[in-house]
Amino acid sequence: MSVMPYTAELHSHETYLNRSYTLRSWLLTKDHKRIAILYMGSITLFFVLGGFAALLMRINLLVPAGFMAPDLYNKLFTMHGVIMVFFFLVPSVPVTAGNFVIPLMIGARDLAFPRLNLASWYIFVAGFLVTACALVAGGVDTGWTFYAPFSTGYSNTFVFLTVLGIFISGFSSILTGLNFIVTVHTMRAPGLTWFRLPLFIWSLYATSIILVLATPVLAITLVMVAFERVTGVGIFNPALGGDPVLFQHLFWFYSHPAVYIMILPGMGVVSEIVACFSRHCVFGYKFVAFASLAIALLGFLVWGHHMFVAGESIYAALVFSFLSYLVAIPSAIKVFNWTATLYQGSIRLDTPMLYALGFIGLFTMGGVTGLFVAALGVDVHVHDTYFIVAHFHYIMVGSMVMGYLGAIHYWWPKMTGKMYPEWWGRFSAFTIFMGFHLTFFPQFVLGYLGMPRRYATYDPQFQILNVLSTAGASILGVGYVLPLCYLLWSFKYGSDAGPNPWGATGLEWQTPSPPPTHNFERTPVVTQGAYAYHEMEPAGA
Amino acid sequence: MPDEDTILTREGILAEQFDDLAQQTEAGTLGMWIFLATELLLFGGLFTGYISYRLAYFQGFHEASGHLYFTLGSINTAVLLTSSYFVALAVHAARQGRSRAVSGWLLGAAGLGAVFLAIKATEYYLEYREHLVPWMDFQFEGAYPAHAQLFFIFYFLMTGLHAVHMLVGMALLLIMALLARLGRFSAEYHNPVELTGLYWHFVDIVWVFLYPAFYLLNPHS
Amino acid sequence: MNHAAIQPRTYLVVYIVLLVLLVFTIAGAYIPIHVLATVVAFVIATIKAILIVLYFMHVKESSTLVRVFGGAGLLWLGILIAGTLHDYLARGWPPPP
Repeated sequence: MSVMPYTAELHSHETYLNRSYTLRSWLLTKDHKRIAILYMGSITLFFVLGGFAALLMRINLLVPAGFMAPDLYNKLFTMHGVIMVFFFLVPSVPVTAGNFVIPLMIGARDLAFPRLNLASWYIFVAGFLVTACALVAGGVDTGWTFYAPFSTGYSNTFVFLTVLGIFISGFSSILTGLNFIVTVHTMRAPGLTWFRLPLFIWSLYATSIILVLATPVLAITLVMVAFERVTGVGIFNPALGGDPVLFQHLFWFYSHPAVYIMILPGMGVVSEIVACFSRHCVFGYKFVAFASLAIALLGFLVWGHHMFVAGESIYAALVFSFLSYLVAIPSAIKVFNWTATLYQGSIRLDTPMLYALGFIGLFTMGGVTGLFVAALGVDVHVHDTYFIVAHFHYIMVGSMVMGYLGAIHYWWPKMTGKMYPEWWGRFSAFTIFMGFHLTFFPQFVLGYLGMPRRYATYDPQFQILNVLSTAGASILGVGYVLPLCYLLWSFKYGSDAGPNPWGATGLEWQTPSPPPTHNFERTPVVTQGAYAYHEMEPAGA
Repeated sequence: MPDEDTILTREGILAEQFDDLAQQTEAGTLGMWIFLATELLLFGGLFTGYISYRLAYFQGFHEASGHLYFTLGSINTAVLLTSSYFVALAVHAARQGRSRAVSGWLLGAAGLGAVFLAIKATEYYLEYREHLVPWMDFQFEGAYPAHAQLFFIFYFLMTGLHAVHMLVGMALLLIMALLARLGRFSAEYHNPVELTGLYWHFVDIVWVFLYPAFYLLNPHS
Repeated sequence: MNHAAIQPRTYLVVYIVLLVLLVFTIAGAYIPIHVLATVVAFVIATIKAILIVLYFMHVKESSTLVRVFGGAGLLWLGILIAGTLHDYLARGWPPPP
């Protein structure tokens, strides 16, 4: 007789995890679920590295004169930005939850192109390794934005290697986006029409559009930078009549939509979690679905708002400013609709819900401050100050990282078949939320008072706020380490989750946890919309 | 009793994530079109830069363009259009299951691709000899040497990137020709040939725009 | 997808038209008014591209979705070029030497 009957039951069916334990079966897998796990391990490591750079930066900013040489500080903020943007945030939810859940949610056996999916992961890792070589060899000091002509002509650091690494990893993004789009178009289960799809799919579809159309422009821009580094002559060189602002146009054509690549998947996660933990269909389903597409489209029209003080024409600046206000509308629609979903719902404050609620609140603050800086007059004052830093961290960290953690916690039982300890989950979410505010709210004030960003030293009047920010960062760091610990712990010691621990709707919950390799015994047939909570039994305690 | 789809799976034609060949074909076609859209934007970044500078430095660009080998460039355009025609015929043959014809037309197209690249290499060599390569001892006798350098940077980058895509395309054409020869395709299953065709035609279209952009600015060679 | 739609004769006709357009575009390059020459060259290149897309790439007989995907790529290229150019054109570009 087994000591742990649940474990015996778990292993009585073959899952994608226990199918084979060899290294080869993992490294040569075509299974989207295993590839998701491979990605999850990689990006967790990269997040730790990027976070470590941030930690060192914040320690330096404890005293006005700083502890380290300015050159080193420049390399740290560049490393932080490059790793966090390209190797954590852009992949984050799509390659982990997206890869794992999309085929399950649409009732398919796998994505459309499983081998391309595996290739995506290898390309991603290869890109990181090349960038890591640059970092190990001595780093880059241009900032993650690589502005010409400093990056192309004057920097004495490893620009070429770094942009090469990012260039390579860009193809990983493109292939993932391509895979998702084709999958959603061609592999939905019978009866699963577009308007019966979960909103997570709509969000990832919109994200994939951006991945596919924006990333190539970044790729070619990085090629131009690399070309100029290697040959010494280049397109952005004013001595030849070149225009450094052209670099900025091309760079931000990708990098602004990139921020929507980063946030849209999180929005999709929030839709799923809010529906499940308030036992309510998402209010205004079609509005939320179309809002995702609208964000993707409008996001491509606003890149010039990064260049208001770069020498852009006033006319173009006005156009970009106006369009930037427009893009706030679909984002706001989503926030209103999530709130309406919560209204009169049976709300359970489980860990994923705490992350989702945190997302909504922090996204609202970050988004509204985005409207502040979309105004030309305000931006001239706060551009390149900590106000901007706080604005995008409210969205990237406050919202998106919480969205990522929400996704991990929500689908963890499905991925592993185990539950994590709920108390620790809630405690960590709370710690992260508090630590986050303490870190980044003072930065709004700092920026408004005039403290510039990307400076290793600062005026003594800013010290108190900087110390508060660093204190917050330490708390935030603790908050991030905790899930790492208890999630890993739950692999071995967590209680068994069963197929649907949350009582959620969605095809992914109709199959065992962890799922078998081919996802479903029989292809499901869909007969109702995505969030039929009103037709379900009330969820168990 | 094994049905048609099971047989196809066993023969390695139908991948296991797909329900039937029609789904697999549709997925492959959509995937290739998305990929082509990404390629359009890849070249698009360079076109954007080129257009911006041409607007500003028209005279310099005009002057520089006069140093290109107009006749060779025009011949190359005709060569590439012909290779596209061959590929269209190859795809047509594939739809009818005529594998020998598929192989023949694809090899012909690849051969023309090789001719294109040979002519291009000749042009590059001649331009190198005339010190027109911006990073190799660039010397330009004219009113606007700096702008000429910009012109030639775009010229080499864009035609170079195009040439890289030609090489990939030729490799694909040769692989498909070989697979056709080995009897892997039929009237029911030949989507890889179609998709290779799409890629090749795209590379041709890029050249259709590169040619007037660089050579026709000043066709006096 | 109606595979029987395009016949080899059509491919030949399209090919010949493409070569004729090549001759036209070379002739057009000798137009002394540069702006006009540029416009003519661009228009002819576009016509060539449309012919290749419709016939050689079979978009004429393809599903709406394929046309949407192809069109989206074009539209986005347009956004990139228009968005960048409208800055340059409004700026008094190029800067005085």
